[in-house]
Amino acid sequence: METFLSIDLRVWWFLVVGAVFSGYAILDGFDLGAGALHLFFRREESRRIALNAIGPVWDGNEVWLVIGGGALFAGFPEVYASVFSAFYIPFMLFVVALIFRAISIEFRSKEPMAWWRLTWDIGYSAASIVITLLLGVLLGNLIQGIAIGPGFVYQGTTLDFINPYSLLTAVTTLALFTMHGAIYLAMKTEKRQHARLTVMVKNTSRFFGITFITLTMVTLIYIPQMADRFREHPILFLVPAVTMLSTINIRRLAEKRKYWQSFLFSGMVSALLLVLVSIGLFPTIVPSTIDPAYDMTVYNSASSFPSLKNMLIIAAIGVPIVATYTIFVFWTFRGKVLLDETSY
Amino acid sequence: MSVEILSRLQFAFTVAFHYLYPPLSIGLGVMLVIMEGMFLRTKDPHWEQLTRFWIKIFALIFGIGVATGIVMEFEFGTNWAAYSRYVGDIFGSALAAEGIFAFALESGFLGILIFGWNRVSSRVHFISTIMVALGSMFSAIWIVVANSWMQTPAGFTIEGEGMQARAVVTDFWAMVFNPSSIDRLTHVLLGAFLAGSFLVLSVHAWYILKGRFVEPSKKAFKAALILAGIAAVAQLFSGHSSAKLIAEHQPAKLAAFEGHYDSLAVGDLYIFGFVDQKKEEVRGIAMPGMLSFLTHEDFEKPLPGLRSFPVEERPKQVNFVFQTYHFMVLIGMGLIGLTLLAGFLWWRGRLFDYPWLMRIFAISVVLPQVANQLGWYSAEVGRQPWVVYNLLRTSDALSKAVTAEQVWFSLILFTLVYLLLLFLFLYLLNKKIKHGPAFSEKEEEVPSYSKRY
Repeated sequence: METFLSIDLRVWWFLVVGAVFSGYAILDGFDLGAGALHLFFRREESRRIALNAIGPVWDGNEVWLVIGGGALFAGFPEVYASVFSAFYIPFMLFVVALIFRAISIEFRSKEPMAWWRLTWDIGYSAASIVITLLLGVLLGNLIQGIAIGPGFVYQGTTLDFINPYSLLTAVTTLALFTMHGAIYLAMKTEKRQHARLTVMVKNTSRFFGITFITLTMVTLIYIPQMADRFREHPILFLVPAVTMLSTINIRRLAEKRKYWQSFLFSGMVSALLLVLVSIGLFPTIVPSTIDPAYDMTVYNSASSFPSLKNMLIIAAIGVPIVATYTIFVFWTFRGKVLLDETSY
Repeated sequence: MSVEILSRLQFAFTVAFHYLYPPLSIGLGVMLVIMEGMFLRTKDPHWEQLTRFWIKIFALIFGIGVATGIVMEFEFGTNWAAYSRYVGDIFGSALAAEGIFAFALESGFLGILIFGWNRVSSRVHFISTIMVALGSMFSAIWIVVANSWMQTPAGFTIEGEGMQARAVVTDFWAMVFNPSSIDRLTHVLLGAFLAGSFLVLSVHAWYILKGRFVEPSKKAFKAALILAGIAAVAQLFSGHSSAKLIAEHQPAKLAAFEGHYDSLAVGDLYIFGFVDQKKEEVRGIAMPGMLSFLTHEDFEKPLPGLRSFPVEERPKQVNFVFQTYHFMVLIGMGLIGLTLLAGFLWWRGRLFDYPWLMRIFAISVVLPQVANQLGWYSAEVGRQPWVVYNLLRTSDALSKAVTAEQVWFSLILFTLVYLLLLFLFLYLLNKKIKHGPAFSEKEEEVPSYSKRY
């Protein structure tokens, strides 16, 4: 066994994968949320402003998904292979939705006709909602576990991914991202549109609060083992406590019109929810519903130590660079949206 | 149809469609650096307008490239789970490195490229252009490294047996610089430069023919011609070097390229021909012994033929591999001839005197695209029946959890979506090209919808 700072390399890599997906939730979360809210804007100019608010950054945000997929493939190939082949249909719908979303954003501004623009507005919004829901469905299934059998091969059926619990996590994810997106848009808009968005921030944060509490209770009742880790190490209860306080803070800061700070907290909540799930499952990554012997854990599904070591070096070099210029790009496009000749 | 055939069809279709775009981004990226660099050096407003115009086209191409690229990344897991388990240690590393070093760089700075004109200084904008161009090349590096490892595996050991066997990395740099990485990467990048420069050549040749934006178009045409000419000639040497490498590491593939069956015979080089797979012979016009000469500098030396490999260890679609390979070479030769001819006329000061030449360039945009596609077909089909050469068979690489119905569903879905996408892409590209760059001061009068595109 190889370690770094006396922590197993496999655990390190689990943290890296977790960090990348958290980054994805924070970043793509707000532009997916903005997409989900898109049709609530009625006027052409409002829609353009909403679209251009995410215009320069959505592509970069989506790259975190690509990095996350690669990181999972590199660090935990067994998990990557089993989960992706188990959820064949949802993943295919997911990529098709990603394609539709990308081309809707790109194509919308290319023609002036109202029907053309409405078509891509609907495509953009529907794809954003579908992507968000599918992400939530996946998360829900990972928490409950999936029918993994010998050799980590999936034994379930095509439509197992749809179940009450995964639908609940899907709705919660949608609530979270729409809230996150509404705050982002509130930060980027002015006047009437801004006024409408302050109402949306209120409604979506209320919606998220309700779904989040429901989800927590349902999880504690039906998947009580998710709380085991917390009971073993009571200090971990800090995490849910901080999540709760942050959630309250989102609303409080938004009402004080401190959108930037509020946005930071909603980003933090997006990441903390994944942290909560990870703590609840650890060291398991995907529980098997057939037999705990087939659980996929950090220890039995990772790549070799030499590979993990190489990848950690790559991540140590790459992540700070990416973080630096991501901040630079966001800084370049700070402030309210201004439409000019280069806009969508 | 079996899950194997369906999955192969789907992967081939989705990757072939995807590969229409990245070579254009890579080649156009280099053109953008040249154009914007020229603008900063000369302050000639023509170069600025050309840069702005091509950045818009770049954005359109890049967007579709990213969207169709995620499909590929996911398909390894969805359709080829056994493969993913087997190579995760190696292939996963390359894919993750691609994401972090290449895509992040490209997508991060693309925002500044498109929307940042009024927000950053011209120098920062130029640096962003360079970063985007580098990012697109880095992505080629990592994905070609990963693919080359599948052709000529190195720097690994196999742990476990049967279903539990896994390729485990032992030497990262030996894996990255496996025997075919550099040659194949060079070949791919040159092909991409050709694709990008010929798009620029084609569009500006068309403008020159139509008498629109003539002056800036001549400048852009010449810049693109230099890149295209260098890439076309270099591609000949790169191709030769790749073929020698294949002779050494994948002799069955080289034999399939030329339909060479008999191990006791010298290798002939066909100009064109048809492989009769039943009789195991080729009918066509050949240069006797030329293949032996090109690989071993000896006209008399026999080359290992397909018959020296067991039937289950050699590619089945020999004629397909033969034809795709030969058409690729033919197009490559044509591109060399075309660019050299244009270079000669430029030297004589008569580059733009012949409308027929501009007409040829206007339609020649498809040639590098077709050659790039064909090259991959012969490389990938020629590797069969292996997915990782001599280690893992394609038929053993499938996801066990996936059924034929599921793959039918996704294959039909992709076919419909991609057809729609291609149609819309061509429609908008055409529209944008017809609209052209904004050179006049009247730009302000143009209605806002057409300003960006």
